[in-house]
Amino acid sequence: MEAFRRVQGRLAPLDRGNVDTDQIIPKQFLKRIERSGFGPFLFYDWAKDPDFVLNRPEYRGAVILVAGPNFGCGSSREHAAWSIQDAGFRVVIAPSFGDIFHTNALKIGLLPVRLPEASVRRLMDLATEDPSLEATVDLETQTVVAAGIRQDFEIDSFARECLLNGWDDIALTLRHEEAIVAFEAARPSWLPSIPAAEPAS
Amino acid sequence: MPRTLTQKIWDEHVVRSAEGEPDLLYCDLHLVHEVTSPQAFESLRLGGRRVRRPELTLATMDHNTPTRGGRAAADGIGRRQLDALEENCRWAGIRLYPMGSRHQGIVHVIGPELGLTQPGMVIVCGDSHTSTHGAFGSIAFGIGTSEVEHVLATQCLWQRRPGDLAVTVEGELPLGVTAKDLVLGLIHRTGIAGGQGRAVEYRGSTVRRLSMEGRMTLCNMSIEWGARVGMVAPDETTFAYLEGRPLAPRGTEWERALDHWRSLFTDEGAHFEAEIRLQASELEPFVTWGTNPGQSAPITGRVPEPADEGAERALRYMALRPGIALQDIAIDRVFIGSCTNARLEDLRAAAAVLRGRQIHPRVRAMVVPGSTQVRLQAEAEGLDRVFKAAGFEWREAGCSMCLGMNPDVLQPGERCASTSNRNFEGRQGAGGRTHLLSPPMAAAAAVAGHLVDVREFAPEAL
Ligand code: SF4
Repeated sequence: MEAFRRVQGRLAPLDRGNVDTDQIIPKQFLKRIERSGFGPFLFYDWAKDPDFVLNRPEYRGAVILVAGPNFGCGSSREHAAWSIQDAGFRVVIAPSFGDIFHTNALKIGLLPVRLPEASVRRLMDLATEDPSLEATVDLETQTVVAAGIRQDFEIDSFARECLLNGWDDIALTLRHEEAIVAFEAARPSWLPSIPAAEPAS
Repeated sequence: MPRTLTQKIWDEHVVRSAEGEPDLLYCDLHLVHEVTSPQAFESLRLGGRRVRRPELTLATMDHNTPTRGGRAAADGIGRRQLDALEENCRWAGIRLYPMGSRHQGIVHVIGPELGLTQPGMVIVCGDSHTSTHGAFGSIAFGIGTSEVEHVLATQCLWQRRPGDLAVTVEGELPLGVTAKDLVLGLIHRTGIAGGQGRAVEYRGSTVRRLSMEGRMTLCNMSIEWGARVGMVAPDETTFAYLEGRPLAPRGTEWERALDHWRSLFTDEGAHFEAEIRLQASELEPFVTWGTNPGQSAPITGRVPEPADEGAERALRYMALRPGIALQDIAIDRVFIGSCTNARLEDLRAAAAVLRGRQIHPRVRAMVVPGSTQVRLQAEAEGLDRVFKAAGFEWREAGCSMCLGMNPDVLQPGERCASTSNRNFEGRQGAGGRTHLLSPPMAAAAAVAGHLVDVREFAPEAL
């Protein structure tokens, strides 16, 4: 994963709550077996409306998506996070996130930032009034700064470490190989095991 | 210290824990399907890594699979995913139930029916409805593709223990009110983010009285109110369901397992962050009117005045006006299927309503059994004949129109009564409109041609 420290850029205000992953990337685009190339299908159905916020030229090139509560609820498709990242966003700011989306985003280096509803509202209004407004999201200091207003945000300390260093968490886990082996040796024998080939019955 | 059920199982699966870090949790079972796994296998191979415990992994084809016409009916890119899964499983030595296999089916239906889903386990899958397996008293949750890769490589996951939430339901469910109505009623009350990130334990006499099928329906929709995990403590109902299944323990192993499983309950005095209490007697059959599973009302109700902008947009999408009676909503399609409601008990309940009846001439209806085993058992009981005689299409197992990633989709503007779990915009096909309900309610709607109260429509079938 690419390391994440600090991002500065414009905001795109998506003023909707409960944006589910089926809206972020509809299922007809989940058939690819590659990890990239999902950007053009981001919010596919909503984007058919020429007035949809991400279609407006003034928000082209925005790197911070600002959205309503419970963003990314619904399915586990990591494709949702991929498509947002692929479309050029590095950060999503919302009052709350769907649980699995939140994890997926962290795993790929798309920073989900939780801010209080009033702060999100203010950012949304600012970005609506002045699309050229830039904000800075700093993971090291855990702050969002826009129009001279500074907001602190909380983030899981472990996830933050991983992001700041761009760590591959599989490598991190494999450092605990001994503990895993010891755990495996003590697992109860009744637990199921499925050989690749089905036994002849 | 008294512990909750979740905490007990969690504690048994911690490989390593350290101050300030999430726990490293061991996964007893990893279920894999074609949509969320190809990139994980690819990345694993690129990293020069292998699958650590292929024998703790099971794969099936479900999301993409056509429900008639066999594999040839899958479209080009869809077929690429099926091919990739086959190739990846061969490479890793993972058992796969492909299309045509007698154990193929929706991933959350086949785990339980094989006896693979057992109490006290940690179960993960690249699918949000993994919470279904919690019905057996296991910690089961959905993960994304990066985590799928992590589990393939290490059999472990970094996790912080979610807070515990209790949902207690007491009393007897009224006639015609199913586990589906119970969970829709619950989400109606809590909202779709009411359980966000929590581990939910469903308790109380109503839950105890539910069959395993009903418990699976209930746990399945935990994610629809945002919960990470939804579970029911194992009991005699659980053990009776499991005994003798192909992958359940046998002989002395069964006895040892049983001893352990009997210790899996929440201790008296254990701490929950909050408790939600429901009275079963107050529940009615529920139907959704909007575009998320919380936007629902009892079938006797009306489409409400929109309370916010989201509800306004939902009504516009659904082409519904506030104030109209839910029972006046005419439908074009009926879908009985999905990991929520396509097990044998669901099909029996729907068939009971259809016996001796014909579906409305405008309606196109189909039944898609949750697994090939369910299909075969239903056929052995003659349920297929009941459905077909009523005018339903009888299909092969798969996710089908639950998400329309296969040829089964709604056309724009079509309105569907569906036993699945999500009514998001376009979920069953772009522009399609979904009303979620129980299997008997779906069957009744198929006959009536509009949403209808099954309690009045077919009281003899309940
Ligand atoms: S039936 Fe629907 S919800 Fe269940 S696994 Fe398939 S697509 Fe997902």
